[in-house]
Amino acid sequence: MGNSNELAVGAALTGRRESRLWPARLDFMQSASGLFLALFLWVHLFAEASILLGKDAMYRVTMFFEGYYIFGDPYPIIITLFSAFIFAILIFHAVLAVRKIPVTYRQYRVYQDHRKVMRHEDTSLWWVQVYTGFALFFLASVHLYGMMSQPANIGPYASSDRVVSEWMWPLYLLLLVTSVVHAAVGSYRVGVKWGWLPARDPVLGRQRLKWLMRGFIVFFLLLGLASLATYVRIGLEHRDHYGERYVPTWLQESPPQTAIPEEAP
Amino acid sequence: MSTQMQARPADAAVTRRLKIHVLRYNPQDPASKPHLEVFEVDEAPSMTLFVALNDIRDRQDPSLQFDFVCRAGICGSCAMLINGRPGLACRTLTSGLGERITLAPLPFFELIGDLSVNTGKWMRGMSERLEAWIHSSSEVDLRRLEERMEPELAEQIYELERCIECGCCLAACGTARMRPDFVGAVGLNRIARLRLDPRDQRTDADYYELIGDDDGVFGCMSLLGCQDVCPKNLDLQTQIAYMRRKMLRAAVFPGS
Repeated sequence: MGNSNELAVGAALTGRRESRLWPARLDFMQSASGLFLALFLWVHLFAEASILLGKDAMYRVTMFFEGYYIFGDPYPIIITLFSAFIFAILIFHAVLAVRKIPVTYRQYRVYQDHRKVMRHEDTSLWWVQVYTGFALFFLASVHLYGMMSQPANIGPYASSDRVVSEWMWPLYLLLLVTSVVHAAVGSYRVGVKWGWLPARDPVLGRQRLKWLMRGFIVFFLLLGLASLATYVRIGLEHRDHYGERYVPTWLQESPPQTAIPEEAP
Repeated sequence: MSTQMQARPADAAVTRRLKIHVLRYNPQDPASKPHLEVFEVDEAPSMTLFVALNDIRDRQDPSLQFDFVCRAGICGSCAMLINGRPGLACRTLTSGLGERITLAPLPFFELIGDLSVNTGKWMRGMSERLEAWIHSSSEVDLRRLEERMEPELAEQIYELERCIECGCCLAACGTARMRPDFVGAVGLNRIARLRLDPRDQRTDADYYELIGDDDGVFGCMSLLGCQDVCPKNLDLQTQIAYMRRKMLRAAVFPGS
């Protein structure tokens, strides 16, 4: 078609090898990277919800992700490297998704008017994806850069201090809502896009997938809000001891005791 | 005529008076500006929008432009935006709508005037672009019986062949509205139909050349407006997803 001819001419003039196969690959990689990020988000929300089981539980989860149970010592650099990997996938996903976002006023206006007069759920859901996706460019970047640059500041007190004393809770609140909605709606859309449905009948499959989408949004929002509220509570209680690290109960000797840092030096 | 006319006042107590807002615009007339004009029509039992529009044209404004041929949801001519959503006027009962009804021409297509659009021009262009006909190198001998086909396969082909090219899927498609080069569900459905047909000797690699880009199947953003408004209830969602998987396969394993 027209675009392909232009690409072929450009390729011939510049000596670039043009492959007609890229549109398929890009489309699939957008879905695959999005699904991966959604799965990561859900695991992440469970991990951070460990605070609901107590400070010791969250401490153990932190130690686990820092490799303590594998290497015998915690290595926060693992968090840095993993955050950088997630950041790379996020940028990759954003680059692919940007292909679809309205980029001119005409496109924006036409879609907006279309959405309003159609009153069609899936048409509106995509608009939700555009808005949440755009917000996530910034919200997720701030969070990921924080994790990459200060990987050792994760723990029952360190995280709570960051949420309250370092004023990260507004960002986390926005990040929670946008990422949970974007991940659930995106996963639903990947399902209908490729025909991966939880029923043989496509109508029933789509209905079920949509209910799953709604369920995931409600569940992970509640889980995330409960976790955030707990970090806020601990952060408020711990405000006067800002910077002090949590000592797990099994290391708390009879008082008086000196604080043992969460991370090994 | 007179009998019907006289019967109207007696029915007035039970029938509604519909207020039909029609988007009027004649692009041929430089003085014409798009505006909504209200027509009041007494609702009759089992009245369709097609009947109401004819009533308006017969009794109120003979200049009102809209298309129809079959009155039975077969020709696809009377597709229009009904309260903002694409649908066939002949298949839409007024009883299912409120007293205030808004009618507008299908967007996306060239406007002829008022509710009349030129879907045929676009459909022809799409057919030529997608080479939407049987491609076969074998000679057809008209004196011999056709090759046999399994009834199940014939049924599958017939199912996709039910598309009447009314244009509702494109008018309902946010992707097509933003990117007018998109072939839409009607185009992808056509390729899916030809791909099923054993008489078409093209391979997936050939089809990929036609729909394997962002104007084709990979441009579809799965908004499913097409699926939800199709007056023929075609399972477009499944057809597009199927073609997407097949075209991905053709891209990942080009030799297969």
